[in-house]
Amino acid sequence: MSVAAAPALLQAEGLVLRLGGRAVVDGVSLQLAAGQWAALVGPNGAGKSSLLSLLAGLRPADAGTVTLAGRPLAAWSARERAQRLAWLSQQGEAEGEIAVADVVRLGRLPHQGLFGAATAADEAVVQAAMAETECQAFAARRLSALSGGERQRVLLARALAVAAPVLLLDEPTTHLDAPHQRALVRSLARRAREGAAVAAVLHDLNLALAADRLLVMDRGRLVADGAPADAAVRQCLVAVFDHAFTIEPLGADGQRRWVAVPAL
Amino acid sequence: MSAVMPLRRTAPHPWLTPWRLGALLAVLALLGVAAGLAAGSEGWRFDWAAEADLITAIRAPRTLGALAAGALLGLAGAVAQGLFRNPLADPYLLGSAAGAGLGVVLVLVLGGLAGASVGLSSLGWLLRLGLVGAAFAGALGGVTLTLLLAGGAARPTQLLLCGVVVGVLMGALSDLLMLMSPEALRGKQVFLLGTTGFLGWDSVAVLGAALALTLPVAVRFARALDALVLGEASAASLGLQLPAVRLLLVVLMALATGSAVSQAGLVAFVGLVAPHLVRRCVVVTHGALLALSAAAGGVLLLTADVAARSVIAPQELPVGVLTALLGGVYLLVLLRRRGAGT
Repeated sequence: MSVAAAPALLQAEGLVLRLGGRAVVDGVSLQLAAGQWAALVGPNGAGKSSLLSLLAGLRPADAGTVTLAGRPLAAWSARERAQRLAWLSQQGEAEGEIAVADVVRLGRLPHQGLFGAATAADEAVVQAAMAETECQAFAARRLSALSGGERQRVLLARALAVAAPVLLLDEPTTHLDAPHQRALVRSLARRAREGAAVAAVLHDLNLALAADRLLVMDRGRLVADGAPADAAVRQCLVAVFDHAFTIEPLGADGQRRWVAVPAL
Repeated sequence: MSAVMPLRRTAPHPWLTPWRLGALLAVLALLGVAAGLAAGSEGWRFDWAAEADLITAIRAPRTLGALAAGALLGLAGAVAQGLFRNPLADPYLLGSAAGAGLGVVLVLVLGGLAGASVGLSSLGWLLRLGLVGAAFAGALGGVTLTLLLAGGAARPTQLLLCGVVVGVLMGALSDLLMLMSPEALRGKQVFLLGTTGFLGWDSVAVLGAALALTLPVAVRFARALDALVLGEASAASLGLQLPAVRLLLVVLMALATGSAVSQAGLVAFVGLVAPHLVRRCVVVTHGALLALSAAAGGVLLLTADVAARSVIAPQELPVGVLTALLGGVYLLVLLRRRGAGT
């Protein structure tokens, strides 16, 4: 799908976030379009998570604007925004003894409201999200009784259950084994094909290179933005990671993929 | 960050559903009420013909009052633990109970009534409401001070420590006030130890009204506590108006704590233990957890009350001594299981 043709669901202009005198996010402008999944990559401390939380409207920016579907983020009510924009935090925050299925059901909260009851349609979405991340087998267990990978799949299912047109995920592959990483990437690609705008912070560069688009951050700035097939984007990616790897082509021209090979 | 370590990782008993636990607690409460009506200073006896006055005037309100006060404390503990995402949160440990106690002492001393020889059971309606108001304000003040000192509720042990500090400070202030009116020894004992001995029908009315007000509202907002399991930012990303919800729940907690403390004094640990026992038995969302914790708190305090009346009969223990002893041991076990808390 062409980047230019798709409408921008989420648009950021000149975002700045200062923490302790340092610009953690330093003048970032970008558009997330429907039908596309973007990987947000960069070294530790590059400002990826901060940018994602600004895009999700979870903290005020020191400068710049975010618009969701053409309307400033602040102009949406909290619930309207939550229906259209799902955000998955970095792992470690969620702690509690409620059942896995009830955690995933929280994803329907923006649609139901605090006092609303779940409909059959809500429950169907919840079950589908759990099936998608394979957490139905332990749906009745407590969140606190899960392994790191299982817990991540539950939290992912919670975010997917919002069924929002914009999906912002902060390190969704944390603790996931290879099959579940693959399943996650396929999920993201499918959500994008179905019309969502997806952005995910990823540390595994080989997963990131499978994205439709790479957003490369370094020291608070967006230093490259384009498809992995773009040689300039790949060069920039290698440079911000201090040439710790090279990016090699794999496969024939028609279905070429790119892989990161550690430069040891 | 591991704010909430599980008490037990194994699956609870599959036959014990939330409804069955509720039914079990209801049966226990009924048994407790029966025992409470029968337990006297001369052993266990239920003789309506001979003791009708005693039962209706003293044992019945005391029994129902203990049930309601325990329910309020259990509810307050469950709200606190969910709200602060901290399994050690408890009205007693958060400084809110000590704040409520200080409020009560202030009213007693200022009212010049602390030493009234007739005791607390004969306080007028107006003063009782004044006590509830002061206890509520004190509870709110205590928990606010604890949160300010701890810089929020994120670190469990930090919160616990600051709550203890606030509790000691508020307790010392109460002591100081009491020393200024030396005839207040009886009142002091009541509020430092916690007792169900002075609960009359007007106390039952105050406690019942507080429970009827706080429990349904808290249960109605329980889904916000579920969302907080995900963390503050994730809860906010789900469209919750967190500051407003948080304020409402703190006020409910203070109201529940304040009304319980104003009538029964500083009864320790019921608020901590009740939600833990419920979570050990069943996997539930906060709606059921709040209701079941209230039920469990009521049963706990009622059981402790009956025990306090019977253990060294014809004398009786202040019930707060008993709950502090049992609850303190429980807290020790809890801290041990959590390992060296951070």
